[in-house]
Amino acid sequence: MSFGSLLGLGQTAIELGLINAITVLALFLSYSMLNVCDLSTDGCFTLGACVGAVVAISGNPYLSIPAAMCAGVISGFITALLQTRMGVDSLLSGIIVNTGLYSINIAIMGNSSLLNMNKTRTVFTDLKAALEGTFLHGQSKLIIALIAVALVVLFLSLFLKTKLGLAIRATGNNPDMVKSSSINPAFTTTVGLCISNSFTALSGCLLAQSQKSVNIDIGSGMVTIALASLLIGGTFMGKGGIPKRATGVVLGSIIFRIIYAIALRFDMPASMLKLVSSVIVIIAISGPYIRSKYPLLKRRLDYYSKKESGGNA
Amino acid sequence: MLDINKISKTFNPGTVNEKTAVKDLSLHLDDGEFVTIIGANGAGKSTLFNAICGNFYTDSGSIILDGKDITFLPAYKRSPFIGHLFQDPMLGTAPGMTIEENLALAAGKGGWLSKVTKAEKEKFAEKLSLLDMGLENRMKQPVGLLSGGQRQALTLLMATINPPKLLLLDEHTAALDPATAEKVLALTDSIVREENLTCLMITHNMQSALDLGNRTLMMDQGNIVLDIKGKERENLTVEDLLVKFKECVGKALDNDRMLLA
Repeated sequence: MSFGSLLGLGQTAIELGLINAITVLALFLSYSMLNVCDLSTDGCFTLGACVGAVVAISGNPYLSIPAAMCAGVISGFITALLQTRMGVDSLLSGIIVNTGLYSINIAIMGNSSLLNMNKTRTVFTDLKAALEGTFLHGQSKLIIALIAVALVVLFLSLFLKTKLGLAIRATGNNPDMVKSSSINPAFTTTVGLCISNSFTALSGCLLAQSQKSVNIDIGSGMVTIALASLLIGGTFMGKGGIPKRATGVVLGSIIFRIIYAIALRFDMPASMLKLVSSVIVIIAISGPYIRSKYPLLKRRLDYYSKKESGGNA
Repeated sequence: MLDINKISKTFNPGTVNEKTAVKDLSLHLDDGEFVTIIGANGAGKSTLFNAICGNFYTDSGSIILDGKDITFLPAYKRSPFIGHLFQDPMLGTAPGMTIEENLALAAGKGGWLSKVTKAEKEKFAEKLSLLDMGLENRMKQPVGLLSGGQRQALTLLMATINPPKLLLLDEHTAALDPATAEKVLALTDSIVREENLTCLMITHNMQSALDLGNRTLMMDQGNIVLDIKGKERENLTVEDLLVKFKECVGKALDNDRMLLA
């Protein structure tokens, strides 16, 4: 394999990693901060992709981004409504919304499960045209993904320091405390899920436009990929301030994509890739757990081996 | 200040687990009164507190705080003017957030999108230094690293940083070691005096029930069976209180027997 193609693979991994990182940041807000495992992520990602694609195809590439984010807010609002006002369990409400979104997404794409954007003007094609002739030509995906990620990280860093942001964190961190404070957990959960789902939808919208097509499966397995990235990020930069941790999860997302790219290099059939992401999640979760148990295991082994050899352990 | 008129609360009505925790209880508090409450387990002390702070609505009766009818006000709308501390020091603070962030959340004046200002941070440090626990130098550390006593002291500070109209203390020193408990109690006393707070404190320590505050209530079977203040209270010893405790409980039992007879 040539150096060039390796570089190309690396670049694709970073681009995809950055676009996915927006979903990972969404989960950073809902899962790490609010302590809600939002299982509507897959559907919401596809929703953003569909809405963004339909609006872009209609000739409004710039409107596609806020439109996708608004759709995400609505989806997040419904997930939140189910769990805060209608007594549905938080995991279940995500699954229910996810299921419902499947039909809605097909309806948005005009009763089709695939939309092609080969000739569509998107934010990516516009930037590519604008960069024609400069040394950045051909880097439009990277630039847009980088800007979007930077904006989201900046937003989260500032937002989570405001009173509302602190209230959202407290809701996830100590529900008992929130119960006896002036914070209405129904309100903070709703705001948190609306924001996080708008990011998930933005992520889907950007992925669809960068690969110039949407299909109904574009978001499937997204929640697993995002959780894996979140956990990988957490093992590198799990402690410290919000900006550091948010940057950590972005790195986690890129690392995940690089591992994925390596798996692809081993001529893994495409159908195996979902299994790869599951295995990565398992390693990311169980790795630190098993590592923390290792000293005890070692001590027990030492203890019994000394006993057998007759020494005083 | 606080007017509780004949409130009742029955848990699990209509089942074998039916339990009337508070029955026709009335209580009037004046501004600045610091009331200690004693009573056996299950006497209804915590139920009374939960009714006041709105963790559930009462089955009957009304609660009026500072002229405002709060009988059906949800808990989160009452909490800006009712501070509540629990026995478990872990309940009052968010362990994953720093001391500064916890205080900011409690102090949080201004709109939802406002940030903590430098002046506020200085005020936090100043208030923390009053605790005399060195916490003012650890403002950027997560609260999870603090000991139970430190967390309870911080909770007390958070509950009173915007002086509430009413402070409810539910055995807030029961889980602490004797030395720390004493420190937190002394702190409670000084904060309540300084801010002239109206305060209700549940305790199982007869000595502190008499030492602190200016009025003592005893509860039994969902009602107040003893209410002493002023001269009568000043002359009361722990032994007297224990005798009265047994007397009241006995009387209540007799009343029940009379009713059943």
